[in-house]
Amino acid sequence: MFSWDLLANAVVAGLLLGGFYAAVSLGISLIFGLLDIANIAQPAFVILGSYAAYVLHEGYGMDPILTGVLFTPVFYLIGALVYRVYYASFERRGDEALRGLVFFFGVLFIIEVSLSLKYGVDYRLVQTGYLSRSIELGGVGVAFRYLVPCVVGVAMTAGLYLFLGRTFYGRAIMAVSQDQAALRLMGADPIHIKTIAFGVGIAAASLAGALLISIAPVIPSTDRDYIGRMFAITVLGGMGSIGGTLVAAVILGVVESLMATFFGPSWSLAVSFGILLAALAVRPAGLFGR
Amino acid sequence: MTRTRIVVAVVVATLVVAALGLIPVARAADPIKVGLGMALTGGLSANGKPALLAMQIWKDEVNKKGGLLGRPVEIIFYDDQTNPSTVPGIYTKLLDVDKVDLVVSGYGTNLIAPLMPIAIERKLTLMGIFGLANNEKYQYPNYFQISPTGPDPATSTAIPFFELAAKQTPKPQTVAIVGADAEYPQTALVGAREVIKRFGFKTVYDKTYPPSTVDYTPIVRAIKATNPDIVFIASYPPDSVGMLRAAHEVGLQPKIMGGGMVGLQFTTIMQSMGSKLNGLVNYDYWVPEKTMMFPGIAEFFREYQPRATKEGVDTLGYYLPPYAYAAMQVLGQAIEATKGLDQQKIADYIRTNEFNTIVGKVRFGKNGEWAKGRTLMVQYQKVQDGNIEQFRQPGKKPVLYPEELKSGNIIYPYSAALK
Repeated sequence: MFSWDLLANAVVAGLLLGGFYAAVSLGISLIFGLLDIANIAQPAFVILGSYAAYVLHEGYGMDPILTGVLFTPVFYLIGALVYRVYYASFERRGDEALRGLVFFFGVLFIIEVSLSLKYGVDYRLVQTGYLSRSIELGGVGVAFRYLVPCVVGVAMTAGLYLFLGRTFYGRAIMAVSQDQAALRLMGADPIHIKTIAFGVGIAAASLAGALLISIAPVIPSTDRDYIGRMFAITVLGGMGSIGGTLVAAVILGVVESLMATFFGPSWSLAVSFGILLAALAVRPAGLFGR
Repeated sequence: MTRTRIVVAVVVATLVVAALGLIPVARAADPIKVGLGMALTGGLSANGKPALLAMQIWKDEVNKKGGLLGRPVEIIFYDDQTNPSTVPGIYTKLLDVDKVDLVVSGYGTNLIAPLMPIAIERKLTLMGIFGLANNEKYQYPNYFQISPTGPDPATSTAIPFFELAAKQTPKPQTVAIVGADAEYPQTALVGAREVIKRFGFKTVYDKTYPPSTVDYTPIVRAIKATNPDIVFIASYPPDSVGMLRAAHEVGLQPKIMGGGMVGLQFTTIMQSMGSKLNGLVNYDYWVPEKTMMFPGIAEFFREYQPRATKEGVDTLGYYLPPYAYAAMQVLGQAIEATKGLDQQKIADYIRTNEFNTIVGKVRFGKNGEWAKGRTLMVQYQKVQDGNIEQFRQPGKKPVLYPEELKSGNIIYPYSAALK
């Protein structure tokens, strides 16, 4: 069944999917990769972002991506608040390892159940005119509902990369991830910096959620489908490496797409995770880990 | 009488009175309790909640008319969270603590499976809600199942779909079948392979995908590359939407497409997919066509739809709710007819009698399934975008199969229906 046409289409579809995976995984890359906080509630925040996009689209006809951008400050504040509660209840007491995990499990369920109670459990989907279109470029089909998330995902990665490398707060976040005590000696408050980092990570979920609901229908429990992929991408890319997250996301996307096209889609996830295991065996810190 | 004797007599009398109060005697006012676990959260809750609502409507209506056997009916339910491991605990509590008189299953095959051993061990009459072939291995005589899949559930979608396909001219020759790696789609695909052989079609694509797939375009593109005349899809709601959108983006246009796609019957999905649904030939259980207007069903929807809108569940409710209601009607009629709550007598009655329900006449047969299957094949026709009201009218999903319920003609090939 091989043809060059199919191969080209599969690779392009994989690249686009990878861009979207990067958008979904960036928050985890920041919070888990850099801050070492096992925030398994991150996918639930992504779904919260999806519902924000859905509600504003249904109620006021607002563009989902625009909603995702507009809601980032709100999500930032929610993230900052969640981190403060987590810090006061667990991290400060040194209980973060296991009890912190339970805390984020709790947050995940609270978000899920709140969404179920408020909006019911029907599948929700946002469709806009431009997202329904697709174009053909030299025999390769490009669907806008994947192209737009990919572009946004790459832009988010670039933005976060520049933020961490070029700004004062960004560098402070990198510093706190390396040596919290040293940062304190420099006169900076590591908790304040971590609050900002956590907030930024959750803010990314707002946009990721808007992208997700543009691609596929969402119910409050959809978050569970993404937990595995998000952590796998973060670990494969290398803990705390933002560029690595994009590369890992694209690898997973392309592999999934190639498997689905040529060998049977059932294998796609197994092979993706197989690559993760193989990569970790060779490079335990991930592809771009320090 | 000495003083001691008086004290003893008083104590004994008090104990007797107290004991009488403790002995559970069914009084006229005691409710008949029906217990169930239902998916009110988790993956299947989009169907679980409407099903529960339909059962509560039945209960309210029965109680308005004076209850069953002169006793009110009470429904005791717990959320099974779409998690099969919660089912044994829920039903043990229902039976041992809440002391329910009868049980009904939760929604779906996976949630009924863990209930089967409990029902068999305790010799319960069990009414199943939309389980696919749950009783095939056990062959438990007191299990009944309300979805109209019929005595051979595995082929219940494949037979009508491929029978329709075989009747078209020019007759389609090649088939692609695809489905999710999950219980229902796998069963449906097994059935499809058998039926394909029976009709002499040639299979050119036969693959499955993981349910958590995000991008369906590579799958659809691979199917398109094999150029099939027929595409049979067995999918759950998120993948049904994913496959359909990808088919439009890639331009997959076989002669006939659809079959076993779950989810396209749900209000929110029909609304958001709109005109993309046109041309699909898919299974269904109830549609507002003239041939499907059984006695009582219009009244049911008059009650259901406003309540569903208020509770934020499936507003049209054509898929599962009428059948959940019908399951309770069967139980209710059996209780009235046997004049009691004896599990065995109720089961014997259900097994040997026909029931008048809002989904038509129901008679149970092999393995507790409907004696004769009634899976409909409908085709989405002239559906417009973003309009929920259109689905309340006949003509958007005419019934093509079975012949006795037919309400419209197929538009063939698929591409003609897209125009």
